[in-house]
Formats: sequence, C-alpha cells, structure tokens
Amino acid sequence: MTTDLPHAPEYAEPVVDWHRLDVRMLIVRPLNELVGLVPLMVGLLVLGGGETWRILTSLGVIAAIVLFGLLRWLTTRYRITTEQVEMHTGLFVRKRLAVPRDRIRTVDLTAKLGHRLFGLSAIRVGTGQRDQPGEDGLTLDAVSSAEAERLRVLLLTIAKAENPAVTEVAEQRPGVVLSKWDKRWLRYAPLTLSGLVAAGALFGFVMNFARELDIEVFDPMTQAAHWVADQPIGLTIALFSGVVLLVATLGSVLVYVVQFWGYQLTREPDDTVRVRRGLLTTRSVSVAEQRLRGVELVEPLLLRAGRGAHAKTVTTGLGRKGESNLLLPPAPVTEAHRVSAAVLRQDESPTTTPLRRHPLAALRRRLVRAVVPLLVLAAVLAWFAPSWAWQVVLALVPFSAALGWDRYRSLGHALTDRYLLARAGSAIRETVALQRTGIIGWRVSRSFFQRRAGLVTISATTAAGDGAYHVIDVAEADGLALADEAVPDLLRPFLER
Amino acid sequence: MDGVSSEVLRLRAPRHQVSRKSITLWTLHALIGWTVLLVPQLVVLIFASSPWQFAAAIATLVLGTAHTLVMPRWRYRVHRWEATPDAVYTLAGWLNQEWRIAPVSRIQTVDTKRGPLQQLLGLSTVTVTTASAAGPVHIEGLDHDDAVRLADELTTTTQATPGDAT
Repeated sequence: MTTDLPHAPEYAEPVVDWHRLDVRMLIVRPLNELVGLVPLMVGLLVLGGGETWRILTSLGVIAAIVLFGLLRWLTTRYRITTEQVEMHTGLFVRKRLAVPRDRIRTVDLTAKLGHRLFGLSAIRVGTGQRDQPGEDGLTLDAVSSAEAERLRVLLLTIAKAENPAVTEVAEQRPGVVLSKWDKRWLRYAPLTLSGLVAAGALFGFVMNFARELDIEVFDPMTQAAHWVADQPIGLTIALFSGVVLLVATLGSVLVYVVQFWGYQLTREPDDTVRVRRGLLTTRSVSVAEQRLRGVELVEPLLLRAGRGAHAKTVTTGLGRKGESNLLLPPAPVTEAHRVSAAVLRQDESPTTTPLRRHPLAALRRRLVRAVVPLLVLAAVLAWFAPSWAWQVVLALVPFSAALGWDRYRSLGHALTDRYLLARAGSAIRETVALQRTGIIGWRVSRSFFQRRAGLVTISATTAAGDGAYHVIDVAEADGLALADEAVPDLLRPFLER
Repeated sequence: MDGVSSEVLRLRAPRHQVSRKSITLWTLHALIGWTVLLVPQLVVLIFASSPWQFAAAIATLVLGTAHTLVMPRWRYRVHRWEATPDAVYTLAGWLNQEWRIAPVSRIQTVDTKRGPLQQLLGLSTVTVTTASAAGPVHIEGLDHDDAVRLADELTTTTQATPGDAT
C-alpha cells in the first residue's frame, strides 16, 4: 500500500456563517401585526365594559403574537454562499429555501412604517422561475437597512461575486438619476381615479367598523338623504357630483403622495435599474439590466386625455403583486417616453415609433362588439322592462360606438431594429416595446369570425412580464410577416405563399 | 414586409395528424359533458314539467347531439403537429384555431400525461413548456408510443442546447 505518500489536502468548503434576522424584528413584527388588530382590541376592551374574559382574550392574542414573532426570529436564519442564498425557517414545518445566485433577477427592499421606525428593511429576492406559483424567490423580513443595502449590491453583482474588491468600489459610486419626483406631476393624480377607489374602500371600512361597534350611523345618514331628496333635483345632482368630485380629487392626491413620494429612478453602477418611492412604506426595486426585456406604457382614458401616462418594466423575476414593476408613476407622456428611452439605453424611445394601423375589418369587429350587445339588451328590455329602460340603453349606443372607434384607433404595431411594438385598448391603452431577442415563441390564433374577416391575433411569448404580448386583429399576411421579421428563422420553415 | 410577392403569406399545416382514436376521445368528452347537463334537467322534468323546462331540455339535447357529432370530426381535421430540430409546431382547435411555435432552444420541460380515458384508448398528451407563463405547447391525442418517442427526442435535443432558456 502507498501509506507513506502524503495525504491530499482535504477540500475545505469556504465556511460561511449563518445570520439571523435583525433582533429588532422582535418588536417590529408584533407592532405591525398589532396595528392591524387595533379595531378588534378596542372593540374587546372598551366596549366590553371590562369583562374579565375579554381582557384575558386580548392579552392572550397579544402574547401569542409576541411568542410567534420570537419563534420566527429564533428559527429563521440565512446565509449567502458563493453559489446560493439559503434560508431556513419554521419550527413545526421546517422550510429550507435555496436560490442559486446566478438565477437572481431582481431585489426588492420594502420598509413598512414599523420597519422604518427601527431602521429595518425586508428584502425579497426574485428569480423569475414559475414552476411553483407564489413560491417565487425568497423573502428576508427583515434585516437592518445597511445590511439590506449591502445584500442588494452583493446579490445583483453576479459576475463580480468572487471579487469583493470590485463590489466595494461599486458600492461607493452613486447611481445616475434618470428621473425623479416632480410635484407638478400631482396634477395627474385626479385623472387616475385612485381617489374614488380609496374613498369607496374607506367608506366600506368605516361602515363595517361602525357596525361592529354598534355606532348608529344609518339614522343621521338617512336623515341627510331625506333632506337632500327634499331639495330640487338640480341642486341634489350638483351637490352630489360636487362632493364626489372633491372627495375623489383629495383622495387621489393623497394616494399619489403616499405611493410615489420621493420617487427616484436611477441606474446603479452595477448595471441595475432601481426605483425608489413611498411616503410611509418605502420601496426600492432593483432590476438587473440584462434581464430587462422592454417597457410598457399605460394610458388610462382620463390620463390619456390629460396627456399623461405611467410606465412599467417588462422583466423576469418580479411578482405581479404590489406594482413592483412600476417604472414611472402617472406623469406627462413626454416624460414616459424619455424615461423609456433612458432605461432601454436608446436615443429615441421605441415607444414613439409611428405604428402601422390595422385593417378596416378590425374596425368593423370593434364596432360590432360595441353596439350589438347593447342592441340585444335594449330589445330584451323592451320586452320585459318599463319603456325608459330600453331608451336609456339605446342612448348609450353612440358612446359605446365612440369607444369602439377609439379602440380601433389604438390598435397598432411596428418593428424597430431591436423592439417589437404593439398597442391596444381604449379604457386602458397599453403600448408595449418588447425586445426582439426576448421573444421565445409565437402563438397565432384565429377565431371563427376572425377567419371570415381575414384577421389573426399574433402573440409573442416571453419569459418576462405578462408572459405574452398580443398584436390584435392584424391582417393575416402582415401579421405573419411581422412575426417572421421580428425573430428571424423561427417562423420561416412553417410559412408558405 | 417588402411585399415582393403579391401572393398571400400563410402558415402551412404542420406535417403530422394526431391519432384517429382522438375522435373517440373527443366524442366521449363531449358525451360526458352534455350528459352532466342533461340528466338533472330530465330529473326535474319527471317531477314537475313546465313547457319552458321541456323546451330547455329539447334545446340541450339538440345542441348536444350536434356538438358531439360535429366537433370531434372537425377537430380531427384541424389538429396537427410537427417537431423539427429547431422548433415544435402545432395547430389545434375547431371553431377557433391556434398555431403555436416554440423554439427547441427555449424548451424547459417535456411531459407526457394520460388521463383515464386516454389510458383506455392508448393515447397520450405531450406538453412542452418554455420559460413563458403563456407559452406551453400541448400535443393532444398521440398514440402512447409516439408520444414517448417524441418526448425522448425533444428531451435529448433540449439537453444538448446550452443556456437557461430565458
């Protein structure tokens, strides 16, 4: 035997320490959860008239929450090796999550109010793997803001991961600001209707709360309603629309400020695009630039009328929840084009490319869809309902037809040297600029009626964003030529003249 | 889009038809679906019959029969598939039709699946997924042996292609 030979040195895997989440989470998590339970607590303690079991229940709930937070902190640990990010969590159901570092596409830092009071931040790592829906990536909730910032830079610096020196340098250089908060943008807030939605939600919440607490709100409201109803009809309408308008405007400005305060879009030295925003809950979403597959411009009808737009990124690795793909809040449409160009590193934004109109058959389809259902409804109502009902429906036809006309005018497509452009929609008009190299397949669909009109809908499938972007109701030959040219050689073998 | 040819550009039909047994499969699917709709109506008719319910049951019966007779044969004439070294290409549907093209270089997984009826008839479905949430390509109604062979072929070519397919 060759025992006298020296042993080969044992392979030593670099030891990487396990970290715990920040200890301050012991306070912050119960705090965040308790804020949500305040109404319940108030209900139990104040209105219960101090019955013992209610107080005991409340204390029990608080104790459970604190204990849960403690267990969570004790059992959660994470480490970052050269290959992957690992996290272990859970006491009864132990979970071990590992994300390969070269699969990391996005890093999302979120700090709720509770987090911010204690200088903490939750960090979510997105991979864009869609094998298990809802299980995309992993979330560390939470670490200190400084640690979160360090992790953000570290995790997105894929190629330079082995060389810490480079990372240090990258950390010190500031990013290039592409766009930032402008208070003049607030004039677009009322055009988003978010105020109405927020007011509606708040109204529902207050009513629900009031019913829980047995506060009599209906009587005064009924009285007010009676008083209003007694006034002349003109005054009632004026008053009502005035109040709604006021509430909607104030609400939407408030929502805009809360969501987008301190908005800043930067390109970081490590080639990531980073969006920071938020008044109470601050968010910072970083997207690796090489994973950016394009930009989508969104123009809801009202916003479009005011020459405004907002923009989204088309990228892999972002959850659909919570608008994490936001690139630009509602702002002037010129700003949206400028930001798109800057983010995509183009001189001219592809979104300003003139689009090819779709054939008139597409207009016919839009008009038929806009008008026929209303006519059918009117006919049915004329049969069953009082005569004013079908007259009202008939009066809506011109508006619906106008919307159909606008839907047709929105349709369009184009091809630039790097991007495929498609636009559609009226109530929410969306213009997508999709990188041609990001297209990973085609779907060509033709319904029975489309076939009669000689139209098809071409969908480019992609790993990013919505998964597929559609060129709707395009002439068959034009659509196929577009697809063929956008991705050379993919469609060619299956085409014939 | 240079318009050199005045002739119209079209997608040609994929090369292979699916198995003829698919007609039986689709007929059975349609039968089961319409039976589920019809039986409760008949039960109601037995206990309390009104002219409206009678009309509804007759309409269901007529529609169901027409659908069960027409749809499977129409589908059989439409459904086609083809796998080249570069792409998987399918055509499916009947009233509404859809072509799907997925490049082999972007394929992530290749699965074969058989439901109870398919097992009875010796059929399989091959599903090819790409990184897109919207892009899976299904080839329905292949003979089981063909399906296994196709899946093996695709798996081999996919493994030979580098990259993470996004």
